[in-house]
Amino acid sequence: MAQKAIREFDAKTILHRHWSKYFPNFSYSYETILVENSSALRDLSVNNSWLSQKNLVAKPDMLFGKRGKNGLVLFRDQKVGDVKLEKAVNWINDKMASKQQVYSSFHGNIPNGTPKEDFLTHFIVEPFVPHIQNEEYYISATVVGDDDVLFMSAEGGMEVEENWDKVIEVRFSITDNEETIARRIIENIPNGIAESEKARFGEFAIGFFRAYRELNFAYLEINPFVMQGNQIELLDMVAKLDDTAGFLMTENWGNIEYPMAFGMEEKSPEVKAIEDADSKSGASLKLTVLNPKGRIWTMVAGGGASVVYADTIADMSGVSDLANYGEYSGGPTTEETKFYASTVLDLMTRYEDPRGKILIIGGAIANFTDVAKTFTGIIQAFEKYADKMKTHNTKIYVRRGGPNYEKGLKDIKASASKLGLYIEVYGPETHVTDIVRMALEK
Amino acid sequence: MSININVLYTRDTQAIFWNNNQSAIQRMFDYDYVIGREKPSVACIVSPTATDKFDKFFFGADEVMVPLFRNTAEAKRKFPKADVLLNFASFRTAYDVTMEALELGGFSSIMITAEGIPERLARKMNATARSKNVTVIGPATVGAIVPGAFKIANVGGTIENIINSKLHRAGSCGLVTRSGGLFNELSNIISINADGIAEGVAIGGDRFVGSVFIENMLRMEQNPQVKYLVLLGEVGGTEEYKVIDAVKNGLIKKPVIGWCIGTIAQHFSTGVQFGHAGASANADRETAVSKNKTMAEAGIYVPTSFNDLPKIINEIYTNLKNSGVISEVIEPKLRELPKSQKKKNFVCTISDDRGDEATYAGFPISSLATPETGKGIGDVISLLWFKKRYPKWATDFIETVIKTVADHGPAVSGAHNAKVTARAGKSVVESLVTGLLTIGPRFGGAIDDAAKYFKYGFDNNLSPKEFLEYMKKQGIPIPGIGHRIKSLKNPDKRVEGLKKFASQYFPQTPLLDYAIQIELLTTSKKENLILNVDGTIGILMVDMWRALGYSEEEINEFISSGTLNAFFIAGRTIGFIGHVLDEKRLQMPMYRHPFDDIIYDVQVADEI
Repeated sequence: MAQKAIREFDAKTILHRHWSKYFPNFSYSYETILVENSSALRDLSVNNSWLSQKNLVAKPDMLFGKRGKNGLVLFRDQKVGDVKLEKAVNWINDKMASKQQVYSSFHGNIPNGTPKEDFLTHFIVEPFVPHIQNEEYYISATVVGDDDVLFMSAEGGMEVEENWDKVIEVRFSITDNEETIARRIIENIPNGIAESEKARFGEFAIGFFRAYRELNFAYLEINPFVMQGNQIELLDMVAKLDDTAGFLMTENWGNIEYPMAFGMEEKSPEVKAIEDADSKSGASLKLTVLNPKGRIWTMVAGGGASVVYADTIADMSGVSDLANYGEYSGGPTTEETKFYASTVLDLMTRYEDPRGKILIIGGAIANFTDVAKTFTGIIQAFEKYADKMKTHNTKIYVRRGGPNYEKGLKDIKASASKLGLYIEVYGPETHVTDIVRMALEK
Repeated sequence: MSININVLYTRDTQAIFWNNNQSAIQRMFDYDYVIGREKPSVACIVSPTATDKFDKFFFGADEVMVPLFRNTAEAKRKFPKADVLLNFASFRTAYDVTMEALELGGFSSIMITAEGIPERLARKMNATARSKNVTVIGPATVGAIVPGAFKIANVGGTIENIINSKLHRAGSCGLVTRSGGLFNELSNIISINADGIAEGVAIGGDRFVGSVFIENMLRMEQNPQVKYLVLLGEVGGTEEYKVIDAVKNGLIKKPVIGWCIGTIAQHFSTGVQFGHAGASANADRETAVSKNKTMAEAGIYVPTSFNDLPKIINEIYTNLKNSGVISEVIEPKLRELPKSQKKKNFVCTISDDRGDEATYAGFPISSLATPETGKGIGDVISLLWFKKRYPKWATDFIETVIKTVADHGPAVSGAHNAKVTARAGKSVVESLVTGLLTIGPRFGGAIDDAAKYFKYGFDNNLSPKEFLEYMKKQGIPIPGIGHRIKSLKNPDKRVEGLKKFASQYFPQTPLLDYAIQIELLTTSKKENLILNVDGTIGILMVDMWRALGYSEEEINEFISSGTLNAFFIAGRTIGFIGHVLDEKRLQMPMYRHPFDDIIYDVQVADEI
């Protein structure tokens, strides 16, 4: 749980829902739709007449930025701002037909680094807003260290990073009150903004920063927005929510989805099943498969310990040998541990490795988790997978301490030996990650 | 109270534990017992839904009672010296609990265990605490420990592990970690490779935590018991750099051993979150690799890998020991936890007969019983019923009440019953209880109800007129108002006496004043609707308790538990016994009620 990115469409929807509260003297047309394919766009045009009446802009809404530089913003057919519905439909069809490459970094307009490649699945479609450059502005807010920082610039758009020296930063302490905040925003309106627009810009910025804080955004950026008199259009937005505030914001946010980053491998059914079990449990169950063909598999109790095992395996054996990362903690039930262990054992016994497999059942000294109880679940999973584990020539190394650990170690050793599995068990007298060294030296 | 700001906790530190997390609290008590603390480390528990007044915990073989309160304010009022709040509220309420405690004041440190408090709230909470100089440990932490003095909740795990990891007495290392699970592990490593820790804090895994590494390490730098420091950091954030700066510019002079976990993250560009919510590297500076490198450059002892950490701890410790900075730990005598702890079935908080002489609320009986002690039955009642010594005016009042209600002639139903029973040949006790069993809502019960309703009217600012309307809606006559024959012109002397005593000796009598206003109104309707003796007693008891400083909640509880009735029972017992003895003396025969005093209205059955 932490800061999570949301779609541009959702960010606009949240702002629109609270528009009159934060921007009472401004209007925003909120003509924007999110579609997952071109036929949905055509269907929506029945109830959204602006889709067939106005010229349009279409772009993917999948968390990644630099869409303009990646050539993924449709705003011209023959000339700028002449895109009709039919053109947008065709363009979406075209972009969905094959995987697209997306670069996250550019030198000028030259792509830098390796691109991510994936299918495009979500598009945001809006009217084209004719405007002059002077009407475009930049505004964003986020947390830096312990403070909130508001960034404002008279020059928004694709080149804002190149023009970062023109961006005004204003830092606020979490305890600053509304009056102080408003005063300091007004004092810091960028000089590049025309005198005639400064008051209006200030009022918008105060509302924006209040919305950012009160709606628990962790990051909120509009780049650019267009201000024509009191009419505001949000041309491009990026937003992250602090999802720990979800329980306070159910109504304010509405039904929010946290999409996967573009180019991320689709989660396997096993990982999804663990996530599902985790969400239903008071305990914590986490699993990430790093290399399905990896030789060393881990089943580690506790967040901190899982990191040191991953560190140590990467150090001693090389990161390519590390098959998974994950942890179980917070006193899972026997059933939950059995499910977790079975999932790991199932994944572990899918691909062959001539050197055999190493299974690390690790953990620090538990504060309150009953070790014997959690091991019962693992033992039950052993019984189910013993044959497969033997086929894969699996060596098991256990290290754990905490309440009832002696019984836990004794039980797991007895059970594995009975099943004919290779096992070594260690308690708190052995250094937590030393079993990795022992396993590799074997 | 002397506060040593160089040490987080001492052997006298006491905490208010928010949420009745029984197993964690029991672990603290076990620890306290083993290390030989005099006072348990938890003074009381706040449990918003508690219906009980206390919970029982083992302290060695004995059970001790720990008071339960429904809010922090009351707990703090009763235990002003408990200056640590262990906030075990959920992520939904932990913020409110912390802010309330900061508002109340009087806490030097607050530990917050909840994980996933909304970031904005966590930041506000931490900033507020900092401005008030309150050390916040957490959120998302297992806590902290000062071995041999005070241990928070589950830190260190079981008592066996605590002793194995030498967390029962001070060693020489100051330990700070982010992770709670690895805190335990590090304590173990340090006990195996050195002499244990002097103070340790797991600062918590959330992105925004209250006290960070540097704040805790600067305190440890000042703590003479700490001879060197171990820092276990993590990928993400820049807190370790503050420590690096402090080492560079000499704010920290003691040797520091440091390691940041999460070097694995360098192999994965995005997507995988290694470790806690606070552990996400947004820049190269925030990677574990770069932190470890910078720490080493600044002169912090950094092992080549986590697996080598024990070795380097042993090296630093051995050097300090050889150079005489660290001396040999004198192992303290430990108390052993009894193998079996037996739950007690009964609790007594008013008297004790185990010593030389039995006591009433701590006072030997001989110090109250004889005339030269100057103590009367009112004192005995105040001690045995209220566990407190009341001032003289209050004990005099209690005695006045007892004397006033002692008897009211043979015709009232209780006395009549006692007499009839005595005449049936039953014993004193049998006859007495027959009389006593008559006491209830219609006989004697007006004292309770008068107190209850008049107090209600007063508390809700009802005018006398509104009060009468309210009682009308309840559909019952006003308890404590009305007499068979007495009236304003022919006043009840007992009432006069009580009123006079109160006006002379009570500090003030707001409820009686209120009742007299009501009496003015009722007597204007009917002469005999005066404030009667039951009403006066009930009302004056409330005034007495208020003047003695009881809270409204406590007074309401006295009323609802029937304490007022108890005064009537105690007093009237004297009268009933008198009537019973009178019957015995007169040797009156069995009583049979005359036929002609009964209406018989029974139909003959149709068919038998």
